[in-house]
Amino acid sequence: MTEPKHPNLAAIVVGGSAGALEALAHIVPALPGTLPVPVAVVLHMLPRRPSGLCAVLGELTPLRVKEAEDKEPLAPGTLYLASPNYHLLVEREHCFSLSMDEPVLFSRPSIDVLFDSAADAYGPTLCGVLLSGANEDGAAGLKHIHDAGGTTVVQAPHSATSRQMPAAALAAFAVDHVTTPDRIGPLLELLAAGGERAEPRAEGARS
Amino acid sequence: MMALAPSRADSEFEHLFEAIYERYHYDFRRYAEASLRRRVAAALVHFGCDTVPHLEQRALSDPQVFTELLRFLTVQVSDLFRDPTYFRALRDEVVPVLRTYPSPKVWVAGCATGEEAYSLAILLAEEGLLERTQIYATDIHPESLRVAQAGVYALDRFARFSENYLQAGGRASLSHYYTAEYSSAVLARSLKKAILFADHSLATDSVFAEMQLVSCRNVLIYFERALQDRALGVISEALCRKGFLGLGLKETLRFSSHASEFREFVPDARIYQRL
Ligand SMILES: C[S@@+](CC[C@H](N)C(=O)[O-])C[C@H]1O[C@@H](n2cnc3c(N)ncnc32)[C@H](O)[C@@H]1O
Repeated sequence: MTEPKHPNLAAIVVGGSAGALEALAHIVPALPGTLPVPVAVVLHMLPRRPSGLCAVLGELTPLRVKEAEDKEPLAPGTLYLASPNYHLLVEREHCFSLSMDEPVLFSRPSIDVLFDSAADAYGPTLCGVLLSGANEDGAAGLKHIHDAGGTTVVQAPHSATSRQMPAAALAAFAVDHVTTPDRIGPLLELLAAGGERAEPRAEGARS
Repeated sequence: MMALAPSRADSEFEHLFEAIYERYHYDFRRYAEASLRRRVAAALVHFGCDTVPHLEQRALSDPQVFTELLRFLTVQVSDLFRDPTYFRALRDEVVPVLRTYPSPKVWVAGCATGEEAYSLAILLAEEGLLERTQIYATDIHPESLRVAQAGVYALDRFARFSENYLQAGGRASLSHYYTAEYSSAVLARSLKKAILFADHSLATDSVFAEMQLVSCRNVLIYFERALQDRALGVISEALCRKGFLGLGLKETLRFSSHASEFREFVPDARIYQRL
């Protein structure tokens, strides 16, 4: 394996809306329980009982799956879900905060809010993943992750139930990896292990 | 909305809150930073300031600007009987114990525009306890305290409030507690009489009375851990032995240094009991 060109990955953040749960169901089984980094997920339109979703995802992956709690430190090998009706943010001390600030792009939790705060907290050691969705929340946040030196992954629009969210990100900047859900899991595992970052950045935005 | 760029903004951000503390004695220095940054960014847009120092200069030179800025620095959302399961648990599990005190005291810390305090007043009235209970409701935001004191809310919010009220185990109809005037609902005088609204900061002020119940919901999430511990220290000290503490449904004592002073009482409703 080649020398990693960047500091080791410290965290992964994932966002999506319509169609993202299906994508996630393809991604998480590929992640090992020993994943050396935490994963924080914002999905719009969560079912009423997020504990139900925790159980569903928990069945699919060896990762520990739970709702993120206020001031909870982010731990490796854990997938955290944002609670409905609260924004989820990452503090510089690498713990979560919740907030009831105004919805962003009609969304609470908002993907931009998670991505922006995580980019500030983790800089180049963050990887952001944007999945299927029918609005543009997340595109600006993913660009922020990119601008802070982090790695960006977008679900290939042709594989997405709703293309708008991935397309908005691809239109905004040169995304590092554009690929299908079945390949995102192995890619994240590789990145988390300190492996390949991206092809040269300029090559990014394709679908 | 863009978040502030981290690098240079850091010291400017700190400077802003040091200056506000010096000048106005509002202490935002240990608030959870990630969302505070977003709110400052929104304030920059609102006040037409390009930079944080510019905003600082305006807020320091004009108290009215500062008052307006407070609305950005704090989050004021609230509802009557928000999270009905919480109020249901108070009614079923906590009220029976409150009943054993001759004149229980209840403190709503971070009451915003008053909805939580009025919800408690209604609940206690239905349990026959309001007459002998003193409710204190405090906040740092003067504008919200004024709204709370007035007890007048937009009528169109009451469909949802009524639903909450019934889910919370309400024994009558919420309409017993207000009169509609045009597009407003005015809460009953008997409820207002039972509540003392006052300015109090969990960041800088201390205990003012011994309480049997403290309800502090969706306030601690805006604090970083050190400040949460400070606030919980005040609350813990205010509570009598076996007194109750209710938090927001997404808040927990687990990560606090005061956790060992409490036991979980109704875990799902985030109600704790002081040991
Ligand atoms: C989201 S509201 C909570 C309203 C209500 N407790 C509820 O849950 O519906 C948060 C409130 O905390 C208040 N607050 C912020 N900092 C505070 C402090 N240091 N001391 C007391 N209250 C504070 C804000 O002004 C705001 O009114």
